[in-house]
Amino acid sequence: MSRKIRVLVAKAGLDGHDRGAKVVAAALRDAGMEVIYTGLHQTPEMIVAAALQEDVDVIGLSLHSGAHLVLFRKVLELMRAQGLERVLLTGGGIIPAQDAELLQSEGVGRLFGPGTNTQELASYIKTEVAVRRAAGGER
Amino acid sequence: MELAAAVLAGDVRALARALTLVEERLPGARELCVKLAAHTGRALRVGVTGAPGSGKSTLIDALIHVARTRGERVAVLAVDPSSPRSGGALLGDRVRMTSHAADDGVFVRSMASRGALGALAPNAGEALDLFDAAGFTLLFIESVGAGQADVDIAAESDLTLVLTAPGGGDSIQALKSGILEIADLWVVTKGDDPRAASVKNELLSMLTLCGAPGIAERICIVASLAQQGVDALLRKIVDAGAAARADGGFDLRRRLRVRRRILAAAAELCAERLPVDTPLLAELEVRIRVGDLSVVGAARALLSGGNA
Ligand SMILES: Nc1nc2c(ncn2[C@@H]2O[C@H](COP(=O)(O)OP(=O)(O)OP(=O)(O)O)[C@@H](O)[C@H]2O)c(=O)[nH]1
Ligand SMILES: [Mg+2]
Repeated sequence: MSRKIRVLVAKAGLDGHDRGAKVVAAALRDAGMEVIYTGLHQTPEMIVAAALQEDVDVIGLSLHSGAHLVLFRKVLELMRAQGLERVLLTGGGIIPAQDAELLQSEGVGRLFGPGTNTQELASYIKTEVAVRRAAGGER
Repeated sequence: MELAAAVLAGDVRALARALTLVEERLPGARELCVKLAAHTGRALRVGVTGAPGSGKSTLIDALIHVARTRGERVAVLAVDPSSPRSGGALLGDRVRMTSHAADDGVFVRSMASRGALGALAPNAGEALDLFDAAGFTLLFIESVGAGQADVDIAAESDLTLVLTAPGGGDSIQALKSGILEIADLWVVTKGDDPRAASVKNELLSMLTLCGAPGIAERICIVASLAQQGVDALLRKIVDAGAAARADGGFDLRRRLRVRRRILAAAAELCAERLPVDTPLLAELEVRIRVGDLSVVGAARALLSGGNA
C-alpha cells in the first residue's frame, strides 16, 4: 500500500473567515488524506516553515484578499529556497483566469475557484502526487 | 549528507523526512533508528493528555514560550485521531501553536493516530527518538484523552500531565479510572474561568480520597492564554525531570519503554503470521459451532498448527 498523502491547508491574507478552507480540509480527509490545518492569517514564511516540518506532499492555499499574485509567488520562492520543489502548491479563492494562468506558468499547480467540486480537487491532488512521487523514485 | 548524520546535525528537512520514514515504515527506517539509538536519552519527554478541548495545544504553546526563554529547544508531536471511515485525518493542533512558526528552536509535527480507538500512533515513540537525536531538549506529545491513548502516551513519556478544564458539567467524572496511575502532574486549565478554583478543590479531594501521594504539590492551575501559572508549571516539569534523572526513575522508564516496544512489535509480527484463510481455520470454526472446542482452545490450536 502506498503511503498517505499529506496536505497542508493554510489560509493566507487578512480576511477573517476560514469556512472554505475548513470545508476543503474536511473533504480531503474524507478522501483519505492526512490534512494539517494551520488556521487563519498565515504568512508565506509560516506556511513554508510548517510545510517543511510536516513533510507534506501538497500545500493548499486559500485566499480571498486579492493579493494572490504576491502571496503565491512568495510561497513558491520560499519553497524553492527550502528545497521543496517537489511539493505541489495549489489552492483556491477568487483568482482571475489570466492570473491563474500566469501563476501556473511560473510553477504553481491548478487553482480552483469558489464552489469547486471538492472531489475534483481530491482527484487532481491524487494524480499529481502520484506523478511527483514517481519522479522522485517512489512508487 | 547521509540521513542519520543530517538528523544529528539538526537539519530540519532531514528530520522531517526521517519522521515520515519512521511513521510510514519506509525502507531505511529501521537502520536509521538503529544508527540514532546511541544519541537518544537526553531529552525530557512530556506527555500531555486530557479530554478533547481541554486546552492541551494552547498549554503546550504557552509552555514553549517559557521554555524558549530558558534556552530549551522544543519539539512537539501532536497526535490527532484518524477517521476510521476514510483512513484520512484532520490534524488541527498546529492552529494553536503558530506563534513559534519563525523560531528554529521549535519543531512541531502532526501525526495521525492510525490505530484503533484513538490510541497513540504506533511509531510515536520512535518519532520522539528522532527529535531527541536531532538535539531537541524538551519534547511534548499531545494526545487525545481517550482510553488506550492515555496509557500509550504515559509509556512513551518521562512525565505525564493530565489536563482538566472547567465546564462541561462533570469534568472530574470525565477522568477515567486508569488515568490515576499515569498522571505525574494534574493541571486545571482555563484558570481565568471562575469555576477553575472549585475544579481544583474537587480534584484535590478526589485524589486525596484515592490515596495519591504528595498530591497537593502535583496539582496546578494555569491560564494558558493569559500565560498565568505556566512558568510555575514548567519549573515543576523540569524539577520532576531532574529528580527522576537523579533517582534512576528516568532510566527505568526508558528501559521499560524499550521492552514495551519490543513486545508490541512482536505482537504485531505474530498477528501478521496468523493464517487468516486456511482449511484449519474453517475446521476449527466448525468444531466451535458444534460445541467441541472453546474459542481459546481453537486459538491455541491455530498457533500450534492444529493440535487441539
Ligand atoms: N478562557 C480560556 N480558554 C482557553 C484557554 N486555553 C485554551 N482555551 C480554549 O479552549 C479551546 C480548546 O483549546 P485547545 O488548546 O485547542 O484544546 P485541545 O485540548 O488541544 O483540543 P483537541 O486537540 O481538539 O483535543 C480553544 O477555544 C482555546 O482557545 C485558557 O487558558 N482560557
Ligand atoms: Mg489540540
